[in-house]
Amino acid sequence: METVRLNDIKVSDKPEGLEGAGFFATSLEKAVGLARKNSIWPLPFATSCCGIEFMATMGAHYDLARFGSERLSFSPRQADLLMVMGTIAKKMGPVLRQVYEQMAEPRWVLSVGACASSGGIFDTYSVLQGIDRIIPVDVYVPGCPPRPEQIIDGIMKIQHLVETESLRRRESPEYKALLNSYGIE
Amino acid sequence: MESNSTEPTEHDKIISILKEKYDGEILHVDTPYNLLTVTLKQERIIEIIQYLYDHAQVKFQYLTTLCAIHYPDLKQIAMMYQLRSLENNLEVRLKIYLPEENPVTPTLTSIFAAANWMERETYDFYGVNFQGHPSLRRILNVDDMVIFPMRKEYPLEDQTREDKNNAMFGR
Repeated sequence: METVRLNDIKVSDKPEGLEGAGFFATSLEKAVGLARKNSIWPLPFATSCCGIEFMATMGAHYDLARFGSERLSFSPRQADLLMVMGTIAKKMGPVLRQVYEQMAEPRWVLSVGACASSGGIFDTYSVLQGIDRIIPVDVYVPGCPPRPEQIIDGIMKIQHLVETESLRRRESPEYKALLNSYGIE
Repeated sequence: MESNSTEPTEHDKIISILKEKYDGEILHVDTPYNLLTVTLKQERIIEIIQYLYDHAQVKFQYLTTLCAIHYPDLKQIAMMYQLRSLENNLEVRLKIYLPEENPVTPTLTSIFAAANWMERETYDFYGVNFQGHPSLRRILNVDDMVIFPMRKEYPLEDQTREDKNNAMFGR
């Protein structure tokens, strides 16, 4: 049986900073970004086939745990990332919006698949033509459904946003204006 | 397939039972896909279904389904009731035509409790007003919808989009 060597364990690179014997100094923003980036708790909002791809993404082969996201949160209060996967009917819209409103800041939204992003093939009276009509979206993952690699790519894009986001962004007037444009708060 | 035997078929039996009491109500009889379909005048439909329910020789006591059909060319909405007799292994479809402008018909929930949700669905999609229904409100679509989407005057596609045009979809 192969033993795991210490070198096989991937540790995130430390952010830029000043280093000397016995101390390391960096900005709070960079330290917080590093911690948040590698401990995102996703809330899977799976309504159809993209949800199945998400299950594969969480499974041993693709293993989203490698990105620090093995702990799914089924309570929006504890979740950092809302992953919307699948067709959102107009009747489901208010439910999705309520879930988003219940999430604490900072919160991110990943729209997985053609249906969540644009309504997909369901150009019909009963289907929401993209979740960005009711909540702001950070990253879109195209595909019908996208492969687990694409979902992981979307997660990595979210990780980049999380890592580089200014700590004051959520208090900024631009962000408030964005939420107000959706009628939130 | 034409039947030349002198034995009355099951269809003939159902028709004769209907004609016993409601001869004047029958407008048309047809058997598409071998399913007996009787078009009736709209006024006494519930009474007729009750009659078929109670009649000892047929006992149509199971409501398979009911739904509406929109005929925009006729400017009419048809109601279709499909009844089954589990005891006698018979099936019949009854059809009435209502005006497109104001489709009103009495509820079937007085006979079949199962008609409750079917009529709500029919109201939801076609706007048929079932008089006497215990709670006639939308069942599948969003409550604030103002159209009856399965009527053919409404386009199937979501009308709020600008980026999905025919060129992009090869239509």
